[in-house]
Amino acid sequence: MPDPRPPGGRLSVQKTYKLFLAGAFPRSESGRSYPVSDARGALLAHAALASRKDARDAVVAARRAQPGWAAASAYNRGQVLYRVAELLEDRHAQFAEAVAAGEGLDGAGAEAVVAETVDRWVWYAGWADKIAQVAGSSNPVAGPWFNFSVPEPVGVVAALAPQRSSLLGLAGVVAPLLAAGNAVVVVASEERPLPAVTLSEVLATSDVPPGVVNVLTGRTRELAPVLAAHRDVDGLDLAGAGPELAAELERASAGNLKRVLTPRGGEEDWWAMPSTRRMLTFVETKTAWHPVGV
Amino acid sequence: MSLDASERHVEPGGRPARVAPAFLPAALAEVASSDAALRRFLHGLPGVDQVGAELRTAALSTRSIKSASKLWAIDAAISMVDLTTLEGADTPGKVRSLCAKARHPDPQDPTVPSVAAVCVYPDLVATAKKELAGSGVAVASVATAFPSGRSSLAVKLADVRDALAAGADEVDMVIDRGAFLQGRFLEVLEEVRAVREACGAARLKVILETGELATYDNVRRASWLAMLGGADFLKTSTGKTSPAATLPVALVMLEAARELTEAGGGPVGVKVAGGIRTTKDAIRYLVLVNETVGDAWLQPQMFRIGASSLLNDLLMQRAKQRNGAYASSDDFSLE
Amino acid sequence: MSEPVGGLFEYAPAPEPRSLVSIRPSYGLFVGGEFVDPVEGGSLKTINPASEEVLAEVATAGPADVDRAVRAARRAYEEVWGPMPGRERAKYLFRVARMIQERARELAVLESLDNGKPIRESRDVDVPLAAAHFFYHAGWADKLSYAGLGPDPRPLGVAGQVIPWNFPLLMAAWKLAPALAAGNTCVLKPAETTPLSALLLAEILRDAELPPGVVNVVTGAGDTGASLVAHPGVDKVAFTGSTEVGREIRRTLAGSGKRLTLELGGKAANVVFDDAPLSQAVEGIVNGIFFNQGHVCCAGSRLLVQESVADAVVDRLKRRMETLRIGDPLDKNTDVGAINSSGQLDKIRELSAAGEAEGAERWAPACRLPERGFWFPPTVFTNVSPSQRIAREEIFGPVLSVITFRTAEEAVAKANNTTYGLSAGVWTEKGSRILWMVHHLRAGVVWANTFNRFDPASPFGGYKESGFGREGGRHGLEAYLDA
Repeated sequence: MPDPRPPGGRLSVQKTYKLFLAGAFPRSESGRSYPVSDARGALLAHAALASRKDARDAVVAARRAQPGWAAASAYNRGQVLYRVAELLEDRHAQFAEAVAAGEGLDGAGAEAVVAETVDRWVWYAGWADKIAQVAGSSNPVAGPWFNFSVPEPVGVVAALAPQRSSLLGLAGVVAPLLAAGNAVVVVASEERPLPAVTLSEVLATSDVPPGVVNVLTGRTRELAPVLAAHRDVDGLDLAGAGPELAAELERASAGNLKRVLTPRGGEEDWWAMPSTRRMLTFVETKTAWHPVGV
Repeated sequence: MSLDASERHVEPGGRPARVAPAFLPAALAEVASSDAALRRFLHGLPGVDQVGAELRTAALSTRSIKSASKLWAIDAAISMVDLTTLEGADTPGKVRSLCAKARHPDPQDPTVPSVAAVCVYPDLVATAKKELAGSGVAVASVATAFPSGRSSLAVKLADVRDALAAGADEVDMVIDRGAFLQGRFLEVLEEVRAVREACGAARLKVILETGELATYDNVRRASWLAMLGGADFLKTSTGKTSPAATLPVALVMLEAARELTEAGGGPVGVKVAGGIRTTKDAIRYLVLVNETVGDAWLQPQMFRIGASSLLNDLLMQRAKQRNGAYASSDDFSLE
Repeated sequence: MSEPVGGLFEYAPAPEPRSLVSIRPSYGLFVGGEFVDPVEGGSLKTINPASEEVLAEVATAGPADVDRAVRAARRAYEEVWGPMPGRERAKYLFRVARMIQERARELAVLESLDNGKPIRESRDVDVPLAAAHFFYHAGWADKLSYAGLGPDPRPLGVAGQVIPWNFPLLMAAWKLAPALAAGNTCVLKPAETTPLSALLLAEILRDAELPPGVVNVVTGAGDTGASLVAHPGVDKVAFTGSTEVGREIRRTLAGSGKRLTLELGGKAANVVFDDAPLSQAVEGIVNGIFFNQGHVCCAGSRLLVQESVADAVVDRLKRRMETLRIGDPLDKNTDVGAINSSGQLDKIRELSAAGEAEGAERWAPACRLPERGFWFPPTVFTNVSPSQRIAREEIFGPVLSVITFRTAEEAVAKANNTTYGLSAGVWTEKGSRILWMVHHLRAGVVWANTFNRFDPASPFGGYKESGFGREGGRHGLEAYLDA
């Protein structure tokens, strides 16, 4: 008699990879999905194919969440981000498997990526309560005024995650935005979106408030122009856009004069220690004056 | 505006015309009904930002007053001078020569107006009064234990009565700065009131001694205390402490005087005293008056400059404006 | 001239002599250290907006001229200025600062003639601040590694800089001083209606023996600016001007990899609480909107006043406005000068008419305006609702819109309800409220109990559609360095 059970004795339960919007995991409102393959071309899963409307919803969620995130004390934001690192570490194996499949790395290579990702996240967590000191100043103006400058988050930043470095690069884009107090709409690597979805699950169980990070999977080409032209998006990180798309998006960003970070000379080396640039591009410097008198 | 001494309004008997005493509307009189009400009122006044007030007067100081307007300003300033001697070494002789100077600041030029008043200690009022009879120049006397004001109310009032008995037209009293800085506002006010009562028809100038009040907020509060007590004039300083008159202090006092008028009271004049030595200084005050409170205060009944050496500088500048050549200090008598 | 302030004390005219400056009948372009005729031979006339008298003919640079200037800048960058030790660059800039101070009166008169601004302002604000900008940035030239931008920040190369007509000399200084301190070379495009002070500055730079090509000045209209920013030899573009043009430049530069900073329009709220130091607040309101005829991107053009003191503030404001002296920009007692151009005057008139048509109440002090030239009286609109055009659009003239509020939250909501975010003001004596307001106002500069103060050490620039990047201070260096 043939064994009626599936190969291996039981059928595994596969995960549905969904979007992460306002702290929830909806499917695309369009009902669409797209196949995601591993590095050798074998089908890994179907990911949600986010629509323009999903992108719009993500911006709404981010805008709603941003003031609360920015208003949290820098110390608190640092702690929340450190908690994310703890949870990343906790899911070490799961991330390593996703990275290995998506990026075609061997076990040790994938392990190294995850370890570096956790460390990178810890590095940025520590920045949350230091960036204002490093980027701020008191300014010696020539007169009876006290004058100081402080950095403030720009608000809602849309980020195109790197296409190749699906976890380390993703963290390298999202974490600095969060450390600086921004809310994020991130478009995951188009062909390697699964680590981003898993990161969503980490964020959902962390103390990052709903809506502060929103993750879209789908076609960068389709989603990015919507975000670049969206008048309620304040900043645009083009890490995952090629030169041609980047030029188009820069043009589209002129509508409300977004702060734009465009990669210089190809995809960044995400293994290199970052500078403060990714944080500082997405802060505004506010300068205040007050008379000094009795 | 004509400033010839001959045209000055003089009452029969030589006493300068007395404008009606500053009026206090009932609503304002209320605020002095208790210590608590008074404190509430004074602390409810809008604050004065030091830097902003100083910037405003610094900007006005850059006004460039030339030719005809300068001549007008010089004559206006002369007519507003309270020619002052307040030295322990003052003698009747010194006061007599000062009075002569007050009547005819430049005897060789009858177009020079006489000054507004001569300001002396009480014991020299009689001398001044006699010298100035019929001139239209008023006699002002400091009183109330000038300059410190550290004496009992009885002594202060006796001081005032003494000056009035000798014929003073105007009394320059000092407030009790100690009481003010301690927050005993009603006490300060009641002292002003008592002097006001004692003054009768004489005009009362209340010296705030702003250099001891430390802040412009205090200058504004003290101005209101003086006005609520019945002052005819707010006066900056005794001239015995430094800083004395400054432009920002005058600005705050002028604004207080204007606010009283707006509230239906007044009018209250302003006298700046101490450290005003040059024509340039005097013109800066006139510009400040002009652009803060306007025409109503641009007359000797409403604005005074307490000074001594200023008068000769005004005369020298006047001569320069008229003759084109710079004058020498020896062209004019010292006193 | 305006009516006398009071009547008793009239101020006689006190004009700064025009003879302090000699204006040549015509000016060429300043390229490679000398004045040259344009290749394409065009010119424009610059006029005195207070009299409509032609002051000079100024060359207009076409694309070939821009190209020549950019090449001169490139050569100077590669051969001289880029490799020069910072301490030597510093001394050039100190020298320029001193020479501006030495020729201050001349510069002030020229600025007032060409721009229409009162000599009091050009003398006390524009020129001293221009010198201060060179002085401040000079000291940075050999200290760039301490600017917090990395251990070895490098210059970008050639900076194309396009500046507006409202502070012609000061904006030139804001652009040139940090660029040069950082080791870049510059091609500066002054505004069409106010080219003269930049050309006099070019003479000063030449007299200071700044190496040829380090600074080049190409005069002309918008098309000259467009060729400059689009020129492939330009590594960095800095623009101050309208948001509309700023957007156009952003589009032009898309994909070019050029660095860009933009300092654009504004519609600043000046928020007055009931516990404000009222007299100083009124001065701040006046300075906020009537300084430089309101031709100020950070002008406090929306007065947000708490309802409980609205009448008192507006009454005091009107009384204060009656003392403003409007007229001859060269008269040392003039407070409000001429509108810079007939085009700008048309725009101010159009928006003011729209304000009336939309139901706002218009008031201006009685004043007699000169017959020739471009003039607009200081004007205040009350009964303004936030949806009206005069409450939303940048007028760039001496026109104030008064809007009321009841609570701090409402004040912030109304203040931030604009696509701009350059500056804001707040007036209150309560310290904690000041800091709360500073925190919540979305603006690059917040003046608390003061307004319209500027300093080379103080970063300046906007949020939102007021542009990006900062000018001044340590932060301003970032725009000219590759960290």
